[in-house]
Amino acid sequence: MSGTYLGMPAFPKAAHGAVHDSTLRGNLRHATHTIRAKRAKAVAEVSDWAELREAGKRIKDHTLRHLDRYLVRLEESVTAAGGTVHWAADADEANRIVTDLVKATGESEVVKVKSMATQEIGLNEALEAEGIRAYETDLAELIVQLGKDRPSHILVPAIHRNRGEIRDIFTHEMGEWGRPAPEGLTDTPAELAEAARLHLREKFLRAKVGVSGANFMVAETGTLVVVESEGNGRMCLTLPETLISVVGIEKIVPTWRDLEVFLQTLPRSSTAERMNPYTSTWTGTTDDDGPRTFHLVLLDNGRTDTLADEVGRQALRCIRCSACLNVCPVYERAGGHAYGSVYPGPIGAILSPQLRGVTSEIDASLPYASSLCGACYEVCPVAIDIPEVLVHLRERVVEGGEVTAQGNKVVLKPAKGHAAERAAMRAARWAFSRPGALRTGQRLASRTRRLHPRSLPGPGRAWSGTRDLPALPAEPFRDWWQRTHGGRDGAK
Amino acid sequence: MSSRERILGRVRRALADVPADVPSDDSPIERGYLRAHGDSGVEETTDLLAENLADYRAIVHRCTLADLPATIAGMLAARGAKSVLVPPGLDREWLSAADAEQVADRAESTPHELDQVDSVVTACAVAVAETGTIVLDGSPDQGRRRITLVPDHHICVVRVPEQVVSSVPQALEHLDPARPLTWISGPSATSDIELDRVEGVHGPRTLEVVLVG
Ligand code: SF4
Repeated sequence: MSGTYLGMPAFPKAAHGAVHDSTLRGNLRHATHTIRAKRAKAVAEVSDWAELREAGKRIKDHTLRHLDRYLVRLEESVTAAGGTVHWAADADEANRIVTDLVKATGESEVVKVKSMATQEIGLNEALEAEGIRAYETDLAELIVQLGKDRPSHILVPAIHRNRGEIRDIFTHEMGEWGRPAPEGLTDTPAELAEAARLHLREKFLRAKVGVSGANFMVAETGTLVVVESEGNGRMCLTLPETLISVVGIEKIVPTWRDLEVFLQTLPRSSTAERMNPYTSTWTGTTDDDGPRTFHLVLLDNGRTDTLADEVGRQALRCIRCSACLNVCPVYERAGGHAYGSVYPGPIGAILSPQLRGVTSEIDASLPYASSLCGACYEVCPVAIDIPEVLVHLRERVVEGGEVTAQGNKVVLKPAKGHAAERAAMRAARWAFSRPGALRTGQRLASRTRRLHPRSLPGPGRAWSGTRDLPALPAEPFRDWWQRTHGGRDGAK
Repeated sequence: MSSRERILGRVRRALADVPADVPSDDSPIERGYLRAHGDSGVEETTDLLAENLADYRAIVHRCTLADLPATIAGMLAARGAKSVLVPPGLDREWLSAADAEQVADRAESTPHELDQVDSVVTACAVAVAETGTIVLDGSPDQGRRRITLVPDHHICVVRVPEQVVSSVPQALEHLDPARPLTWISGPSATSDIELDRVEGVHGPRTLEVVLVG
């Protein structure tokens, strides 16, 4: 996976910068709290949420269990409907396929609808290297692209920018890429959106090639689904003559009917709406309506390696709703950029190290970018147990062991530079297996908390050097429980 | 080895630990969820549709079939629409009272030409009450996908009660996946700038839905 941002510091360092950026923190707190509250309301409206969540989990698990069969089925149905299917084992291969397809059309520009998969493989850069310009058309992606920036949230990628910054970016950069921003552009959202509309419409109306991802692919029918709000997706999917969709192999659902689950859970989990403004589905090509040529590029790029991990494979159920980001206390403070990947937040912390392996410093640090509070699991519409996978990956980083990399079994060495973490893990395991000792330790720590240093002495220094030690509660949880519940659970 | 074989081989090896005890039919999933949330009568379902459409800032009108031409003419006039796109299979009666110039949806017309048209009138395939959604399936009375995308004003006619369903599961049953579908819930919108909702970034800024019947 080539999605690591070059020169990206490991999570602790990157996050350290972000938590001291008060604008960023303010923007993030406002955004995540707003979406979080709205989501809870949207979910509460549906009385069978738990059942929908369970069905979503089962459909995805079933699909992953038979992924080979469903991939072949999908290929047959897309081909029968007039599309062409390509297979890409890694990012380079996917980029090569798309670049060749665009070149074959004779065009030197493409319009793109927001897609995590194409960001993951660095498609825009690969196209640029071949002299092809890729225009991002989602408003937030446009802000990111014009600002020569990186996305920081799955759903609202420019969440770290406020309206004044966006106005400046539009005023200074739009002219470089096409129609300039109107004179005297103010920073009201409506005016900014209008400027984007005019700037992008010019591109949509002349575009000959569109590039997209997809939220779902239906094996039974060969149908692809794109869920969006602005209509830029519809523009890219229907106006060009050629459409190229790059989609991860885990995005399959077996049947048309299965969509009834995800079209209910995705919008409510992601934008907290009953339904997003636009959903497009297409099956191959249709005479006289939409692109005459359709290519589907099926992307592996670490997904089969993830599938090989018995605990970690559940990450492939993810439907990229971003609900887990909005409830995560670590994401709220650190921001999306600190994760060094197109997949930020809790899902990024388990997905990136699996797609890319844990050999780089950033990937080895990601499983630690969590407080394990469990909020991400609670909101996940496909019930991915993110804390479970985090702990599993921490163990892998610390202990090493057998993993699958590019289809081959390899034995991973314990990560260097994690000696302190290793010690911490050992200590934790020792303590958790001896409840008495844990209790004494907690009491001691909490009674002496005013005396605690801000960083740890000895071998612990490396660990606390990147963390502010959490303030200890006045009373350990166990004592509180004992006191308030009178030891009814029998704990002494 | 082709990438296809490589990927399929990797999938099979990755799953070597999973017992092959799962039935082989497609998606043998236990579906404990509901087919619809509450079973209400025609009137209630239509009210819910109107309410949810309006909640997402679509403008909702209700009229009888006899009043439809006047209603549509009024909506076009109120916007000062000079031209209106007409899908090939649209009931001509619907536009019989309108003054705006009628533009046919032709395969050769370019997106630039569509951009010059003020409004579009279509029928729909199905409407979903619980979510406030209308679905277009490219039938002759709805036309190509692009005609409801490029003009800034979309008028969509829903026949009540035939075309109204309660829920997403019921809607999917009614739809043909072989057709290109567009599900529309309110006008185009973005919340990308400080989470302030703004209508009409790229699709039509105004969506008017007429519930007829
Ligand atoms: S892990 Fe779950 S909550 Fe997070 S983005 Fe994926 S589906 Fe949504």
